[in-house]
Amino acid sequence: MNIEDVEKLAELARIELSADEKKSLLKDFDSILAYVDTIKGAEIGDGDVKPDLYNVWREDWVEPREFSRESIVGQFPEEEAGYLKVKKIL
Amino acid sequence: MIDLGILTIEKAHQALTEGVFSCQELLDEYLKVIREKNKELNAYLEVYGDIAEQAAQAQKKFKESTAELLTGIPFAIKDNILFSGHTASAGSKILENYKAPYDSFVIRELKKAGAVIIGRTNMDEFAMGSSTQTSAYGVARNPHDPSRVPGGSSGGSAVAVAAGMALVSLGTETCGSVREPAAFCGLVGLKPTYGAVSRNGIIAMGNSLDQVSPFGKTVRDAEIVFRTLSQYDPEDSTSVPEKLRKIKKSELGPKVIGVPWHLFEKGVDSEVMANFKESMEKFKKSDYEIRDIELPFSKYSLAAYYIIMPAEVSTNLSRFDGIRYGLHKEGKNLMEVYKKSRGRGFGEEARRRILLGTYVLSHGYYDAYYNKAVKIRDQIKKEIREAFKTVDLIATPTAPMLPFKIGEKMDDPVAMYLCDLFSAPANLSGVPSIALPSGLSKNNLPLSIQFMAPAFAEEVLFEAGKKFEEIR
Repeated sequence: MNIEDVEKLAELARIELSADEKKSLLKDFDSILAYVDTIKGAEIGDGDVKPDLYNVWREDWVEPREFSRESIVGQFPEEEAGYLKVKKIL
Repeated sequence: MIDLGILTIEKAHQALTEGVFSCQELLDEYLKVIREKNKELNAYLEVYGDIAEQAAQAQKKFKESTAELLTGIPFAIKDNILFSGHTASAGSKILENYKAPYDSFVIRELKKAGAVIIGRTNMDEFAMGSSTQTSAYGVARNPHDPSRVPGGSSGGSAVAVAAGMALVSLGTETCGSVREPAAFCGLVGLKPTYGAVSRNGIIAMGNSLDQVSPFGKTVRDAEIVFRTLSQYDPEDSTSVPEKLRKIKKSELGPKVIGVPWHLFEKGVDSEVMANFKESMEKFKKSDYEIRDIELPFSKYSLAAYYIIMPAEVSTNLSRFDGIRYGLHKEGKNLMEVYKKSRGRGFGEEARRRILLGTYVLSHGYYDAYYNKAVKIRDQIKKEIREAFKTVDLIATPTAPMLPFKIGEKMDDPVAMYLCDLFSAPANLSGVPSIALPSGLSKNNLPLSIQFMAPAFAEEVLFEAGKKFEEIR
């Protein structure tokens, strides 16, 4: 990994980093990847794992809930007439 | 004067029923300790403003004879458990002022039982850490030696119980985050079977691993909390329906403990190792059979975990974007708002794991890392299931080391990750595991051993744990 890789990942993850942070993350990644690379020694066949998980769906039903609208709206950084105000997308 | 040091849920319940003390008086005893010690130990981030009201509600249940075992019992909860109308910050700046708009499943159950929820406890940011040093709100300290860490990530919940600031507490585990601090603080910590306790209303780190987990001074206390919370919840799609939880009752009589010695030939503190061997000897003298077992894939557990977990972290934490709640930083456009809010809001370890997760999931690396780790996880599950055909329990030390000094391991992420070396197999395979206090080191620091049992066989853990309380 190099500094450009760290920058690319930060861009994908939408995280602003300072130049120092990039350098220190690069150092950390080198040691973490060296550790997790030990899995390369595990002898595992090529076949895919069949997960023993399955999707769980439930029916929709109507039920009163004690959600507080004020509590949710009150936490918006910016609101107008009870709506969340965001920057323009396009 | 109530002796908090020897108080258990059942003793407190009896005293509350007989009117020896009231719910408020019991609460007051804990508040006294909190006033005295919390400033130094930093276990609680907040003591809630409505506790007197909670205690009054609990007292009413005693008056009306509808009290249950947990009625009036003072709890501490980890800062990532939603409690309606109360702040839940997950130890992070990005959620500093976040107020939960609804109750998590576990809080609903505690409220129903009439427990008194004193406050929210310190934790590693988003539960990412093994020492409570990555908290945005300062480190928590070990009551056995305040110059040392209490373990983590549920360090605050462990300190609260160990220092007499709550009778029992809730933490969460993704990989050892309750068992390791239980070990460092001399407590019992139970990681239930994945799917036993609902994750509804818990701020997630790794969804395929997370599980709410109790701390107690005794096995019985942890058991009582577990039994109250272990229920099917249709609102958590990974909650296991009751009919699938039934296990074959194992034969009565001598139990077989499997020990995968090959997993800890090296890298374990010598005092921890000697204590583990002595503990096994004690079981042997009590008619348990100790059998050497091999778990060849489990040696890759922690490495596989440090691929799977960051992958889940990177997707999970994408919801924190500064738009709807939490920290918001202004920018010229939407992209800048995201980047600034997330850059300032997340601490170092959270950023590290988000980026690492993005890396292992990215095109070109997915097969070598994520896919391979998932396959190894599958093999670990299989070999542990297979091992339980011949043994009832699997034992290892809980943590490979004793509680370390504050400041240690902070500049070496891999050294920190290794604290959970023995925790990973249970989290990856979903089986339950319990950490049990097993004595003190020569410097009076707590030692601990842990057991794993088959899925939904928590009963077997409680039985062995209670036995150990007699013979240790």
